[in-house]
Amino acid sequence: MSASTIEAAPVPETFSNDDAAQARFEATRRYLAWRRRLLPVIATVSILVIWEVSVHLFDIKPYIAPAPTAVAVKFVEKFGLLMTNLGPTAIEAISGFLLGNIAAVLIATSFVYQRTVEEAFFPVAVMVHTIPVMAYAPILVLLLGNGMSAKVAIAAMICFFPTLVNMTRGLRNVNPQHMELMRILSASPTEIFFKLRFKNSLPYLFSALKIAAATSVIGAIVGEWIGSTTGIGALIIQATYNFDSPLLYATIVVGSCFSAFFFGIISWAERISLKWNVAETI
Amino acid sequence: MEAAVLEQTHRQPAAIAAVELARVTVRFTTERGAITALENIDLSVPEGGFLTLLGPSGCGKSTLLRVVSDLIRPTSGSVRILGGEASAARARRDIGFVFQDAALLPWRTALENVTLPLEVGGRNSRPGRRTPKELLALVGLSGWENALPHELSGGMRQRVSIARALVNDPRLLLMDEPFGALDEITRDRLNEELLNIWEETGTTILFVTHSIYEAAFLGQKVLLLAARPGRVRETVPVPLPNPRRIEQRESLEFIELAAHLRRVLETC
Repeated sequence: MSASTIEAAPVPETFSNDDAAQARFEATRRYLAWRRRLLPVIATVSILVIWEVSVHLFDIKPYIAPAPTAVAVKFVEKFGLLMTNLGPTAIEAISGFLLGNIAAVLIATSFVYQRTVEEAFFPVAVMVHTIPVMAYAPILVLLLGNGMSAKVAIAAMICFFPTLVNMTRGLRNVNPQHMELMRILSASPTEIFFKLRFKNSLPYLFSALKIAAATSVIGAIVGEWIGSTTGIGALIIQATYNFDSPLLYATIVVGSCFSAFFFGIISWAERISLKWNVAETI
Repeated sequence: MEAAVLEQTHRQPAAIAAVELARVTVRFTTERGAITALENIDLSVPEGGFLTLLGPSGCGKSTLLRVVSDLIRPTSGSVRILGGEASAARARRDIGFVFQDAALLPWRTALENVTLPLEVGGRNSRPGRRTPKELLALVGLSGWENALPHELSGGMRQRVSIARALVNDPRLLLMDEPFGALDEITRDRLNEELLNIWEETGTTILFVTHSIYEAAFLGQKVLLLAARPGRVRETVPVPLPNPRRIEQRESLEFIELAAHLRRVLETC
């Protein structure tokens, strides 16, 4: 059988051993990697230094704009308070994230299989999406009371739309040849869904989830602005009314660190599950 | 229209034709009006035959393969595949299809892609004589089982796709410009390998191409199609001896055949 005798694999001898060149190549790569990590750190530190110097130089009052050091001191001082308030916000954001995204995935699936459902409900989803979160947040608090459920609902609603749109597109944008292959193989609708459509939608889903990771935290915080006593949002309101700007800034830092952490987890999950998708993963 | 009967190959003449089309017409309705993709196609390929379909773009070559594989119902005419309905042949997994750009699922490794036909389709998915691993070895990809499609070159991806099409031991292999996107060196090599696979498996092959040399080198017969509407222009037997070697393309018969095909194509 001559087909198997023909070399398909690139033979290892293609790469000759030039240690010096190899070392130079590795050194350049290491340098670029460090550069990529260090530059944002340098930029951040520079901004903080300029900020700190300006506050002292122009004698800016702490309640107008606190110096970074003042914020840092407050952060250490009130660390316990900040963490107890982060707890409820994190729970609301994560629950809202799960609820909103699961609902979006299920509805996107129904859209793909029942065009009528899409034609009827997509315009409704667009309408709801155009309402600013600040406008529907009080409505949901009125509907669901002042507990956690209203905040979860707000976070869920803010996540819902991007995932719905992306997931619908991902489930539908299947390579026509893959579809023909499945038909030639007499694949059942369930097999087509799980072995083709769902896998195909994962890159789309993850780009929506990364957006949702950040926005769900925003949703939870906005929800807490309305008559809540705990949470990052409530703390922001209290600190503002008390002219405690250092605490306000420290609270904001905690909130955005949590968002970044959540975003990082989703990005990590994406890298793990989308190794095949070279175009998307950087 | 004259029937294109391909009764002779170097193999034993078969009792039933692998592919038998009679007055097949396919019309599509689009927003810009109706298009006749194929008009009154008569075609017969014996079992074990190798027919290449050659024609300009828009001549309905791909549509013809999709009619044979039951992906498209013809508007009129009759389609008999392996002595029965095309849908029955498809359901029995007697039809293997190789797509233009390999169409591998990007999230599956080479081996998992070859295994796919055994995982879907329920009771239809009977395994063939060769395991997916053996098929990868047959197409020269031993050691690449766990590579993802994006790690493979275009030629290697197409080899995987051929292995996948062979996993159910199809009696009919349909190939839709499988090597069209490959460089000439890879294409020549895969052409020879495909002929080896054809010899070894005894499967019937319908091969669509827009390359005159490929059509003449691979086919026992070349079916020339004219465009708009797609119809049979001429059926040309290939006078080259079997088994074929790539050097035969330098022979006088081959050059004359290629020249003839080119002249006919110019009028298509």
